[in-house]
Amino acid sequence: MRLSYFPGCTLKSHARNCDDSTFAAMACLGMEIKELDRWNCCGTVHGLASDDLIHRLAPITNLIRVKEEGANTFTTSCAMCYNTLKRANRQVREDQAALAVINDFLSLENTKYAGDVEVVHLLEILRDQIGFEKLAKQVKKPLKGLRVACYYGCLLVRPKEIAIDNLENPQIMDHLITALGATAIPFSLRTECCGAYHTVAQPEIIAGRTNRIITAAAEQGADMIAVSCPLCAHNLDHRQADAKNLAPGFHHLPVLYFTQLMAIALGCESSVLRFDLNYIDPQPALMRFGLN
Amino acid sequence: MIIPLRISPARLNSAFVNQVEQISAQKMLACYQCGNCSAGCPVADHMDILPNQIIRMVQLGMREQLINSKAIWTCVSCLTCNSRCPKNVRIAEVIEAVREIVLRTNQRQDYLRITELSPEAMVTLPPIALISSMRKLTS
Repeated sequence: MRLSYFPGCTLKSHARNCDDSTFAAMACLGMEIKELDRWNCCGTVHGLASDDLIHRLAPITNLIRVKEEGANTFTTSCAMCYNTLKRANRQVREDQAALAVINDFLSLENTKYAGDVEVVHLLEILRDQIGFEKLAKQVKKPLKGLRVACYYGCLLVRPKEIAIDNLENPQIMDHLITALGATAIPFSLRTECCGAYHTVAQPEIIAGRTNRIITAAAEQGADMIAVSCPLCAHNLDHRQADAKNLAPGFHHLPVLYFTQLMAIALGCESSVLRFDLNYIDPQPALMRFGLN
Repeated sequence: MIIPLRISPARLNSAFVNQVEQISAQKMLACYQCGNCSAGCPVADHMDILPNQIIRMVQLGMREQLINSKAIWTCVSCLTCNSRCPKNVRIAEVIEAVREIVLRTNQRQDYLRITELSPEAMVTLPPIALISSMRKLTS
């Protein structure tokens, strides 16, 4: 397996806390990841129209870049990039006619795409290439006592064809959290949509979603939420003020990327955590467990 | 909402029904209105027409009501409906097809008014939010 790491546009801007902690955590695990050269935005969403091929160009171009570097596996920490790349890859693997049209349109590229790159989410690398038991042995600062509610959202588990774990009851992130020494707290809304891009023009929808999702986790005793998607992170973290305006009894909880939790537990330098990009400061919660 | 409807073969086999079936690659008559989709929809509270009602209205060729609805723009394709449907109907694809019919035809009226977004919003909102909203809500 020759791995190529794709950050995506948001991890290089608003979510540097995810990107920086990804690099650091993987280095601590002895698996240095290399950023894909000349990557482009994945396009965010996978269009559902049956005749939509133009929006597959951005993902497929990235897979051509992976091939150009001599790699055969594409990975990312961003759930939306994972979802979009994986579904585009599936489509061209299943539909040779679509692949032919795409390659024809991309005729100026030096390499044709043949469906031969694997797309995996970073959590799958941790589970399948490294193994959670081996990962647990490398933990320097176990997150003992910390109760973390893992929020999967939509894109890691839907549609079923690309799910990284069971669609209705995923465990993969919970197993990672357990390996890091924390207590994984299941809660009812772990796979329920955060409201996605309504944060742009209808933030009142996000306020309602965030209120319900965070409250459901808090009611189960969670100290914080773990996420994999910068849109979920934006909605569940940055929109907590809107949730508080909607429901005055709303209880704030910090929201961290799973890679930030990895970086803490693996003893990485704290400069990679970039808590300045988190809205609800995680430090008070971490300090309660001697993890600052 | 009481809508008097004249059901005829012209309505049931209309161009609109065919367009929706073609763009979504779904058969409308596969739906037997169990309601699982609407029950699981996380934004159903904000919809004027529920997912199962959208399918029913496509079955009945109710083009005007659907293209003027709020609900087709409230859906964010979270795919909860698809994951629950006992008939494997892809409701999210059907709703996207109605959006596409609006965005691809007539005046190609964008649902999201990009020029009305404040400069501040363009900076504070992450790219993933801006790009996905523009992809789904504009032509």
